[in-house]
Amino acid sequence: MLVAGVDVGSTQTKAIILNENGETVARGMVNTGANVVKAAEKAFQLARQSAKLDEWDVAYIVGTGYGRYKVPFGDTQITEISCHARGAAYLFPNTRTILDIGGQDTKGIRTNEKGEVVDFCMNDKCAAGTGRFLAAAAEVMGISLDDLGDVALRANPEQDGVLRITNVCTVFVETEIMNHLSKGRKAEQILAGVHQSIAARSVSLLRRVGLNPEITFTGGVSRNKGMVAALQEKMGMQINVGPDSQFIGAIGAALFALERAKARHEGEPTAKELQT
Amino acid sequence: MSTSFHRNGRFIAGIDVGTRMTKCIIFDRSGGIIVSRASRLTGHNLALASEDVLKEACSTESLNSGEVFYTASTGYGRYQVPMRQIQITDISCHAIGAKCLFPGTTSVLDVGAQNAKAIRVDHDGRVAKFKMNDKCASGAGRFLERVAKGLELELDDIGNLSLRSKDPQPISSICAVLAESEVINLITIGYPVEDILMGAYLSISDRIVALLRQVGVDGEITLTGGITHNAGMVRALEQKLGKPLNVCPDSEYAGALGACLLVERRLKKLEDQNIQDFNKSATAVNS
Repeated sequence: MLVAGVDVGSTQTKAIILNENGETVARGMVNTGANVVKAAEKAFQLARQSAKLDEWDVAYIVGTGYGRYKVPFGDTQITEISCHARGAAYLFPNTRTILDIGGQDTKGIRTNEKGEVVDFCMNDKCAAGTGRFLAAAAEVMGISLDDLGDVALRANPEQDGVLRITNVCTVFVETEIMNHLSKGRKAEQILAGVHQSIAARSVSLLRRVGLNPEITFTGGVSRNKGMVAALQEKMGMQINVGPDSQFIGAIGAALFALERAKARHEGEPTAKELQT
Repeated sequence: MSTSFHRNGRFIAGIDVGTRMTKCIIFDRSGGIIVSRASRLTGHNLALASEDVLKEACSTESLNSGEVFYTASTGYGRYQVPMRQIQITDISCHAIGAKCLFPGTTSVLDVGAQNAKAIRVDHDGRVAKFKMNDKCASGAGRFLERVAKGLELELDDIGNLSLRSKDPQPISSICAVLAESEVINLITIGYPVEDILMGAYLSISDRIVALLRQVGVDGEITLTGGITHNAGMVRALEQKLGKPLNVCPDSEYAGALGACLLVERRLKKLEDQNIQDFNKSATAVNS
């Protein structure tokens, strides 16, 4: 039996297909864009194609993320907070705190040893400290979003000094970056400041739910090595991050799907069996 | 910068260096009137922008810039104006500038590119109370710039366009950056541009009016700053406030004008003191 989780984020849509042992069989990711339904279908299709699967091969599908109600083929929807908690506990069983930095919001989630949500808080009111903040910095500096973290890691604070970004508002930070550039500050120095500013904002958000180890970093921004380094420095501890960190919400959704599929299909023929 | 007072000149210049526009007013002391005005985009070189507007304001009245004997600067870039004799905070300048343009003013609402200020003024044009949002672009002109960018329109065009709106579509995002994405989504759904614009104006007006309520909304309210050019925005603010706002073509220059007026007030005071001093010394000599 196969199950799927589709996580429709504000910026990227992720799909994961798991087998009945909870092992990842396939993954797919597309930019969400303006048509959310299409993005969900496309991400799921990409995942199926990579494992050469048909739609009916997948017994149960859970939609999550801000666009979870726009997954027309989903059997049910579960909030991304529960899915992140579930997925993080699966990949990193000692997780007690999750930091999820996505395209348009940042969440702090406190979980128990069973991977259940105990408390959470989020910033979805403004782009400060989210992926959009980094995207804005990347645009102003003419550096691709994927290279941003690596450039920041090249900063040499001993030689060039530390540059602090003083504004909170993303719009004002764009102006602030332009001013730094016009004064001849180095790109890596400015970007180190940008990453430190987001790290500081993230840590104060996490303090509201408690900074209990282990901390697992999820969401699209977890791919950014500069961000991981800035967070570890700010927190003074290691954080869990892996190649599937961006898919943790989708993995959590798929794990819920697996649980429900098992309950639903006990003793029943599968969809595929009915077709043949 | 020279701090000496030449007390026998006729023209005062007020230069208001804003985050987006730099404005200059030339004030004639003898008539107590504005004789000339000029503005340009501020850009990165604030000193250059202030020199340019002063030169332009002088040239339109064929004044020699030497005839301007006193220059006061205000606005966020007031410390970057090389020829200033004094710099004055923009809050004081807007208060007295608005009071001069509309003598019945009790509150001033100054919405610029990067911040919104609400100022309560007394009968003399002095600041009685003030509140401002300068932490984020949610209640400022930059919010509208982002909305215009999302709609791929010029900032100058979005004001009149919105007046055609029949069914405004409210924007739920407070953040200018997130609003830009929301606008793109609304376009994709197929809402008319004018309805999206007016919706954005009404949303930002909610926040600006809330700021104004903190200093008081009774009496006459005078709108100043670059936002006064945007007819749609003025209408949205009036709708949320439930009464008309004072706006005139010189509203954008209220800060620059206020700088001139404060200098004038100071010069008057010094002159009065001089007369008193002179009378005193005259009495001393006579006795």
